[in-house]
Formats: sequence, structure tokens, C-alpha cells
Amino acid sequence: MSLHKQQNKKWRKWIYIAIIAAIYIWAFSQMPAFEIQAMAGEISRSILNGLFNPDWDFVYDPGGEDLLRGLLDTLAIAFLGTIVSAVLCIPFAFWAARNLHRYKFIPESGTFILSVIRTFPEIVMAILFIKAVGPGAFAGVLALGIHSIGMLGKLYSEAIETIDDGPIEALTASGANRLQILWFAVVPQVIPAFLSYTLYRFEINLRSATILGIIGAGGIGTPLIFAITSRDWDRVGIILLGIIVMVMVLDFLSGLLRKRIV
Amino acid sequence: MNENTIKKPSKVKSTLTTLLLFLLIWGSAYKTDSTFEELFTGIPEIISLLREMIPPDWAYFSYITPEVLITIQMALLGATFGAILAIPLSLLASSNIFVSPWIYQTARFILNFLRTIPDLLLAAIFVAIFGLGLIPGVLALTIFSLGIIAKLMYEFIETIDPGPLEAMTAVGANKIQWIAFGVIPQIAAQFAAYFLYTFEINIRAAAILGLVGAGGIGLYLDETLNFLEYQKTTSIILYTLVVIMVIDYITKKIREKLL
Repeated sequence: MSLHKQQNKKWRKWIYIAIIAAIYIWAFSQMPAFEIQAMAGEISRSILNGLFNPDWDFVYDPGGEDLLRGLLDTLAIAFLGTIVSAVLCIPFAFWAARNLHRYKFIPESGTFILSVIRTFPEIVMAILFIKAVGPGAFAGVLALGIHSIGMLGKLYSEAIETIDDGPIEALTASGANRLQILWFAVVPQVIPAFLSYTLYRFEINLRSATILGIIGAGGIGTPLIFAITSRDWDRVGIILLGIIVMVMVLDFLSGLLRKRIV
Repeated sequence: MNENTIKKPSKVKSTLTTLLLFLLIWGSAYKTDSTFEELFTGIPEIISLLREMIPPDWAYFSYITPEVLITIQMALLGATFGAILAIPLSLLASSNIFVSPWIYQTARFILNFLRTIPDLLLAAIFVAIFGLGLIPGVLALTIFSLGIIAKLMYEFIETIDPGPLEAMTAVGANKIQWIAFGVIPQIAAQFAAYFLYTFEINIRAAAILGLVGAGGIGLYLDETLNFLEYQKTTSIILYTLVVIMVIDYITKKIREKLL
């Protein structure tokens, strides 16, 4: 009996290995041969050269487009997008929280909608908003604001699900209506988690906002993609440096704030 | 109870915080030209765009299937190469494997640095080096996956049980034996789970890399939008959503079995 089982297990192992091998053979089948073009070395060298000798003049230019203005725009898009989604996701979060509803299908439908929103890539959303409201930072704000609902709504609803039932029962016992229960028993318990998740999402949105400009939705991405396509590597260098410094500094600040909240 | 004996908490701090928040919101709205007026004039445009996007072009689905499959292949290869590179890097970044802060702090700094560079940007740079096609896409996804897996892994490695490690040290194992028999068995399942998770993220990322010429379905997205063939755009978006959800479901099932 046990021998039979062992052999069965061995068989299964080989089947798994065969499946994985087949998947990888399939995955490699469409890949072109990896050939390094004659120019690749030279281009890489000039990229590295540009990255290590950034164009410092671009940092501040009182006349026109410069790095600081681009970064500030990016920051503004990320911040406003986060605020918009933090407000808009609240009804979705209560909809998807399993402990607040009597029937199972209500939170399940909410969770499903949130996962659809999450799946919709923000860049695609930004492209659609550009078609609708025209290119610019506003399209970026809308894209981040809508896309972030998916993740924030899920995290918020999970925060609501972990609250202590005591206060809810106490308020129910003393005859509070649903709105009063929500306001006095649920909201005070979930505020710290909400704030912490919002800051976390802000960190993510800041990274996203740096690339929105590539498709024309405002921020530092626009001068960056121009610099890449015109092979202006010292400018790419300074912009990359600016993005990295900004993201690291804000991650640090937001980390400090989150530690104080929780 | 006498009312005077209860001291109300100071409201200065919360008022200032609210004020600061509103100032930041106002400043950001000003910077990004976001106004309600802009939003209300935009809404009819959004609705008319949505009208043009519906219904999806059903015939287009079979046409883009090869591109969708290529997108999945790119995501899988990127996650695989990233995972392979993540093994040494995550071990180097764990403070319980390499005790010297010089080693693990340097490794962590490299990881943080890699994660601040957005995937689309990496792809654009690789396209400049290697030309249009799948190779720059796979390379960009490799770096992107490396950043994610290595970070998740070193955080997990730091929580492993020190018992087997001490036992290995006690019997005089060298560093490689120590890692192979003390560390790897404890982290293998979690590593596979993180690999699958990264594969999920990669599918989402791979779907848009085509926008900068790095292969996959994103190229068609750009093309249909430029030709104002919005119904085809809808097909692409729907197809991508379905693929992502199916793969999420499959990887979730596998992960549940693994852990």
C-alpha cells in the first residue's frame, strides 16, 4: 500500500517536472535569438557616461522646463491622485467588507468590482483619460485616482473586517441606527489603518506618476522620454537621479509618518 | 461631574494638520490644473469615448491572441530570470546570513535603487540599447522582478528558524553547506510563492511595455488608439483583463497548495 503510494508520488513529481519543462520550452519558442547589435556596446557606454555625468544645468532653469518643476508636478499628481482615491474608495470598502452585511453576495460583488479596477492598468486608464480630457497632469490625476481605488478599497475593507465587534454590539444594544454604528463604532477603529494604507499607496503612486508623462499624462516622464528618444543621456542621467532621490526621500518620510500612526 | 475639571484636549495640532492637508491639496490642484470645472467639461467627453468603445470588436480577439501569448511568455521569462538573480542577492541582503552590515546594507541599497526605477523606463532604456522587440521587454521585466522577489525574500529569510543554522554551525559545515542544507529547505516554498506572485505582477507590467516598443500587446494598444479604432482597444483591454484574472486564479491555487 505504502509502496504504491510512494510510486504514485514519484509519478506525480515527474508529471509536474514535464509540465514545467513544456511551459518553458513554449516560453522560449517565440524569443528571438539574443544577438547584441554592433551599436549596443557604444550606446551602453554613452548611457553610462551620461548617467555618471548628469546635466546639472537642467536642475533649475528659470526660463522653461526644468527638473525641479517636473518633479514638483509629479509629486502633485501623485498626492492629488492618492487623495481622490482615498475618498472615492470608502464606499467601495464598506461595500466589500464581509462583516457588515447579512448576505454573502453583497461583499462578494464589491470585492469583484475592486479586483476588476485593480487589474485595469493605470497607464491604459491614463491613455483613455488623455483621449477624454486632453493630455496633461489632470489626466494623470484621474488615472491614479481611479486606479488606486482598487487596491485601497481592498485594503480598507480588510481593515474594516478586522475590527473589534464589541463597540458595534454595545451601540446596537443601546438602539443606535446603522449610520450611528458606522460613525461611532467602525470609523474610529479603522482610521489609523486607513491613513497608513493611504501613505503606502502614495509611495506607489509616486513611482507611477514618474512614468505617466511617457504617454503624455504630465509630470517628469515627458522630459524624460524626450531625452531618451533624442539620446540626450546626460539629461536622462539627471532626471533619473532626481526621480531616485525624490522617491527615496519621500519613502523615508512616509515611513516615518506610518510608524507614528500605527 | 463638574464641567470645569475636564480639560479638553488641545485642538491646535489637529487644526494645523487639517490646514496643511488642505493647503497641499489646493497646491497640487493648482499645479496639475485639476478643477471641478475641468472635470465637468470632461465628463461628456469621457461618456462619448466610452460609447465609441462599446461594443468590443469580437473578431479582433483571435487576431491578437499570438501577441497576448507573447506577453505571457515575456512575463514568465522576466520573472524566471529575475528569480534566479534574486537568489544570491536576497541571501546577501539578509542580516542573519551575512552578519556584516557592509554586505547586507550594500545589497539592500542596490535593491532599493533597482526598485525606484520604473519598469516602463527600464524598457525604454533597453529599447535604446537593443532595439525594438521582445529582448528589451524581457530584460526590463527581469530587473523589475529581481527588485520585487529579492526584497520579499530577504525579509522572509530574516524570519527563518535559527535552530537548523546553529546545528549546521555546530557540526562544522562550511558556508555553502550551511546555506544549502540550513537555509534553502526553509525558504524554498516561500520562494516559489513569491515567484508566482511576481509573475502575476509581471503580466500587468508586460501588457504595457509595448507602448515604448518593448514587445507584447501594448504595441497594439497604442496602434488602435492612434487609428481611433476604439472598439479594437476595448477588445485588447478586455482580453488583457481576462488573461490577468485567469492567471491570478491559477497562481493563487498553486500558491495555496505550496504553502
